[in-house]
Amino acid sequence: MPMTMSQKILAAHAGLESVEAGQLILCKLDRIHGNDITSPVAIREFKKMGFDKVANPDNVTLIMDHFVPNKDIKAAQQCKCCRDFASEQKLESFFDVGRMGIEHALIPEEGLVVTGDVAIGADSHTCTYGALGAFSTGVGSTDMAFGMATGKAWFKVPSAIKFVLTGSLPKYVSGKDVILHIIGMIGVDGARYKSMEFTGTGAHSLSMPDRLTVCNMAIEAGAKNGIFEVDDVTLAYEKEHAKREIRVFKADEDAKYDAVYEIDLNKLRPTVAFPHLPENTRTVDEIGDIRIDQVVIGSCTNGLFKDMKEAADIIRGRKVAKNVRAIIIPATQDIYLRCLEAGFIRDFIEAGCVVSTPTCGPCLGGYMGILAEGERCVSTTNRNFVGRMGHVDSEVYLASPATAAASAIMGKIASAEEVVK
Amino acid sequence: MKCTGKVVKYGDNVDTDVIIPARYLNTSDPKELAAHCMEDIDGSFHDKITDGDIIVGGENFGCGSSREHAPIAIKASGISLVIAKSFARIFYRNAINIGLAIVECPEAAEAIEEGHTVEADLDSGLIMDLTTREAFTAEPFPEFIQNIIAAGGLVNAAKSGIIA
Repeated sequence: MPMTMSQKILAAHAGLESVEAGQLILCKLDRIHGNDITSPVAIREFKKMGFDKVANPDNVTLIMDHFVPNKDIKAAQQCKCCRDFASEQKLESFFDVGRMGIEHALIPEEGLVVTGDVAIGADSHTCTYGALGAFSTGVGSTDMAFGMATGKAWFKVPSAIKFVLTGSLPKYVSGKDVILHIIGMIGVDGARYKSMEFTGTGAHSLSMPDRLTVCNMAIEAGAKNGIFEVDDVTLAYEKEHAKREIRVFKADEDAKYDAVYEIDLNKLRPTVAFPHLPENTRTVDEIGDIRIDQVVIGSCTNGLFKDMKEAADIIRGRKVAKNVRAIIIPATQDIYLRCLEAGFIRDFIEAGCVVSTPTCGPCLGGYMGILAEGERCVSTTNRNFVGRMGHVDSEVYLASPATAAASAIMGKIASAEEVVK
Repeated sequence: MKCTGKVVKYGDNVDTDVIIPARYLNTSDPKELAAHCMEDIDGSFHDKITDGDIIVGGENFGCGSSREHAPIAIKASGISLVIAKSFARIFYRNAINIGLAIVECPEAAEAIEEGHTVEADLDSGLIMDLTTREAFTAEPFPEFIQNIIAAGGLVNAAKSGIIA
């Protein structure tokens, strides 16, 4: 039975010769992780299951990133719960303030998930690591608890949609525009329960940060996982980051797909998702005059060094428009430091932006940039649901770092082309 | 297992941010979460429901975040069952894992109206709209998942060694 790339990885981790779509399997996990919101529930369920010890302390990771530095007393209690558990279970891989980063940026950077792994995380954007050629998917806290206790998770083997990318990205178009274009095309449930597999010369032309952004938002099309074929870009990245042996899996030539889409990257334009669903996409050419109150550049979707550079290159030497608050959040401590050394932090501050320590804060309306009634935000984050970043009558427009930076300068949704003439 | 209750109905893509807004995720206490359930989509949710009532949703119910706080908030609100045209995958497995009853049945989710009284037999998949006397049949869960549900969720399934 020919298999997709995701199916091959799952079969290998289930100890099976082959698997087929719909089959229910138990898989060995290479990494189980959670954050300061989902882990406390997982820890409670873990104890309820009657377990004292995690199956393997080396493959459990806890990252404090959503409401840290602690936004209030309750958030502090949740972090304390995680900290106590990490200490009790002797988890080396516990990332607290000072060492932490936004989980989906930190995990690949630290080499905690590598090519060929099966990984689960109690956070929906765990699908990010498909960029590395791993099978990774978001689960809930009880799955995380079961994973910590047994080192395993149950899966229904997904079928897949294949995206054959050709060409290469035009200037000011990035991975964010690719994935917004795709979600606009197939809808927020267009890949529900399925894998999204990316291949073709266009896929190989994408940088690792762009691939991470594309896979990060696979969940916004309802997908179980997104995954890129392994190539030289993957191997070069893993040479720098992986601390374990990697395993390369490739889809069978005759693997069955539910659908195949061909996308010419040359034809893509900067794309914005309008409220209140990521599928409500328009290109920057179809937008008109939409005034904004806030810009957020960061998150697990677009907080990498490349994203910061793309924003800095537009913001440098310019001023953020009057009445716009621009919030920049490098996703990890290492990225923050690199931005500092590259002079980006000065560029941002001189332009009138504020630069924050890594946090998920504003993306989910936690803290650090909550919107008031009627306010609009252009954000490089991943969701624009009703009330996502604050008041139920506020609006979030999802865009790339280049588009968000240009919008901050112009005070309205704008493309980089309008700013850099 | 049988559920009987009055229906509250919502549309497509009911996301986890409206089921339980992230501003309340600084706690995992089911009662506190329940107090804010559906707050951003339906301010009168708690006035409408009594214990055992049933939510009917459209396509992609529970899309978005992996927060288990969403099915926990619904369950702790006293909702006995969610019927939808389809469920987002993480919500689907979370509901099964924590023991919130869910049924995927596009025909029932389309036809049943708010305020109707519905009876559902989860073992047979039979859903009966007692207000209109219309009957629907949902696909039963695969055996593996039925075992988790029968055990009352993944915690009990793990405890009793049904899966490991």
